[in-house]
Amino acid sequence: MAYSVSGKSIEADEEGYLVDINQWNEELADLIAKDEGITMSPEHWEVVNFLREYYAEYQIAPAVRVLTKAIAKKMGPEKGSNKYLYELFPYGPGKQACKIAGLPKPTGCV
Amino acid sequence: MSILHTVNKSPFERSNLDSCLKHANQGDSVLLLEDAVVAAIAGTAFAARLTDAAKMVKLCVLGADLKARGLDPAKVIDGVAVVDYAAFVDMAAANNAVHAWL
Amino acid sequence: MEEDFEGGIVKKFMYVNRKAPYGTVYALEVLEMVLISAAFDQDVHVAFLDDGIYQIKKGQDTKELGHKNFSPTYRALEGYDIEKLYVEQESLDERGLTEADLLVPVEVISRAEMAKLMGEMDVILTA
Repeated sequence: MAYSVSGKSIEADEEGYLVDINQWNEELADLIAKDEGITMSPEHWEVVNFLREYYAEYQIAPAVRVLTKAIAKKMGPEKGSNKYLYELFPYGPGKQACKIAGLPKPTGCV
Repeated sequence: MSILHTVNKSPFERSNLDSCLKHANQGDSVLLLEDAVVAAIAGTAFAARLTDAAKMVKLCVLGADLKARGLDPAKVIDGVAVVDYAAFVDMAAANNAVHAWL
Repeated sequence: MEEDFEGGIVKKFMYVNRKAPYGTVYALEVLEMVLISAAFDQDVHVAFLDDGIYQIKKGQDTKELGHKNFSPTYRALEGYDIEKLYVEQESLDERGLTEADLLVPVEVISRAEMAKLMGEMDVILTA
């Protein structure tokens, strides 16, 4: 499949994950989120940006368990909880937030 | 605790067998199969190494792989046992773990 | 083998890396296997010996190769609660490397200690 942003076509795999992470931009993130039924709020952006920083440092999309723990470490236990993250991304912070962030599907995610 | 190590590459091409022998403990078993069977034959440049290792570990070679390569099971190094697939299975069951040196 | 508090069996796993990265796909495949294994709450050990130590050599730059540099991912292992990383001293020596050349904290052990550790494992996967 492909996304269309500002008249430009951006390639994605059959599940909607970007083929090339470098083609990501915020406008595209909004579009992917809309496809997922999510309207991006500052709280959503906080998680998406965190994921992009994580990827830049480690070159992988973290497993949900690891993401939750890492967010707890940086932003405190309230945000670093399954409840908080699943409220923001009902179909899974790993799958949905990674897709919106332009990352590949998390390693270890089946 | 003992381990059955399996090696399937010739020691003349890869370091798998060398590394395996360096990490095998007393009482472990080492089974040579596929291309690694060439190491079991007497008179090769690797033979001394294997003769030495036979003092510490149980060395075996898969007969089917020897025959497939035209190598005579009668010419294996002293201390190396020629085994069949059934014996391979028995060895796997008799050890705590199988370590395939890929 | 020991029973953990939830009653599941925890086995000692060791993933042994013996190959340099990029020339073959083994290093990346093992790394992915290790990351996935973290989800199963097992006692995971990761060993680097022979050319496997090149996987965690500092300063890897794959830009001209057009291949993803996955070496930073070894530093993510800690976040996956995989903290038992072992490097063999003899393998470092043979390649003129020291612990300071490695991009992740490891325990450097002798070949004899590595052999002993392998003997304590329930499952060993080498590539």
